[in-house]
Amino acid sequence: MANLFNDLFSYEFIIRAIIVGGLVALCAALLGVSLVLKRYSMIGDGLSHVAFGALSVAVACNLTPLYVAIPVVIIAAFALLKISDNSKIKSDAAIGLISTVSIAIGVIVIALSKGMNTDLYSYMFGSILAMTDVDVILSIVLSICVLVIFILFYNKIFAVTFDENFTKATGTKAGVFNLILSILTAITIVIGMRIMGTMLISSLIIFPSLTAMRVCKTFKTVVITSGIVSVICLFFGIVLSYVFSVPTGACIVLTNAIMFLIFSIFKR
Amino acid sequence: MKILSCENVSIYYDDVKAIQNITFDVDEGEYVCILGENGSGKSTLIRGILGLEKLESGEIKFLNGTNKNQIGYLPQQTIVQKNFPASVFEVVLSGFLNNKGFKPFYNKKEKELAIQNMKKVEIEDLKNTSYKELSGGQQQRVLLARALCSSKKLLVLDEPITGLDPVITNKMYKLIKDLNKQGMTIIMVSHDIHFAIKNASKIIHIKNKLIFNGTAQEYEKSDIGKTFLGGCNHG
Repeated sequence: MANLFNDLFSYEFIIRAIIVGGLVALCAALLGVSLVLKRYSMIGDGLSHVAFGALSVAVACNLTPLYVAIPVVIIAAFALLKISDNSKIKSDAAIGLISTVSIAIGVIVIALSKGMNTDLYSYMFGSILAMTDVDVILSIVLSICVLVIFILFYNKIFAVTFDENFTKATGTKAGVFNLILSILTAITIVIGMRIMGTMLISSLIIFPSLTAMRVCKTFKTVVITSGIVSVICLFFGIVLSYVFSVPTGACIVLTNAIMFLIFSIFKR
Repeated sequence: MKILSCENVSIYYDDVKAIQNITFDVDEGEYVCILGENGSGKSTLIRGILGLEKLESGEIKFLNGTNKNQIGYLPQQTIVQKNFPASVFEVVLSGFLNNKGFKPFYNKKEKELAIQNMKKVEIEDLKNTSYKELSGGQQQRVLLARALCSSKKLLVLDEPITGLDPVITNKMYKLIKDLNKQGMTIIMVSHDIHFAIKNASKIIHIKNKLIFNGTAQEYEKSDIGKTFLGGCNHG
């Protein structure tokens, strides 16, 4: 066991993955509690598809992927929240539309440029090898921003999650906090996609909070437990991926699923 | 002193005309009961006043220095909330947010006030209990305590006694009446017409349109009031 960890920590890319992944997992778990309770779970999924579209365009145009993806995904997140607020198209349908259109654009752009290269493949299914130094620094800075903003707005995020109408009716600008929530979610998803991949990133948002809600009864304990569970699952996911030489994102989803089962049994 | 005026307010849901051309005022310190049958647009009117529904036409204004962060609101419960993992204390405290501006955390005074308000509705022993484990009536009281935390001037209640047993119902009515005596303006949607006549200073009866606006005594004597009172007795 000690040998395993010695081996593991001798690789720089694994240490990077644990640091960036841990931070992203923490952000995703905290935001996830609110998103799941607001019935916005699938927004994470939709946004990751939008990010894929944006990334393929960025790669085709030779731009830095994160610089293109983050603003595009923030706009998409805002649009999705707006649509679910006041339109006749229900939000689940809206997410379906936006995510398939994004994937379609992505696939066409890829076909027109030079075909699926490794970089895009890594965005689809995640890779801990894909991160450059710039990615690592940017990811760390952004996730710390997300965490700080989340803590500062924690009480307000609770209020708009629990009862948006009440906050609006009593003079708090609920829209602003929804916007903050969607920006934070967008940033977290774009950063997390490098490790988890487009297809799997939404599990980081959904699983930890559902796991925490199996046993915890108050918002604060759900948020804290969710964060801890998420980081633990990410770590063991990376370990599993290293030991069995299988894709990291998939391992992280499985460790999350196992944790969910354990908590469900523990609840009884 | 007028604190609220509604002028020719209409609210439509797609093609359904929920309320049409409703005009009335609320003075400071009044106790207003909004009566009407199911589907008559009572809750819609309340939601319109609070800015939660888009007005088709007309205007709703808060006057004489009244603004929205002096309002307490007890909504009808939504399905999402019923299974929400939150402690009673967390929910009640969230009532203070409308006066916090950019300050991120609650201070000691607010926590003490929250506990006082919980005592008023007799839920102080449930402080750390999870909201989703409470009965409907207890949840209702938690939301009332939250409304008390946010209201400085105006308390808006949408069917406040839903799910409460008779003993608690009377206590809640007394609490609301006491608050009113201390100067709080009350706007309440209710089914309980006998209670309304006994306690309210003003009755507004709507059936998608305004069909009565006047004092409780006038209402009792009016044709519409008599019909409605009779109907309730037999019902």
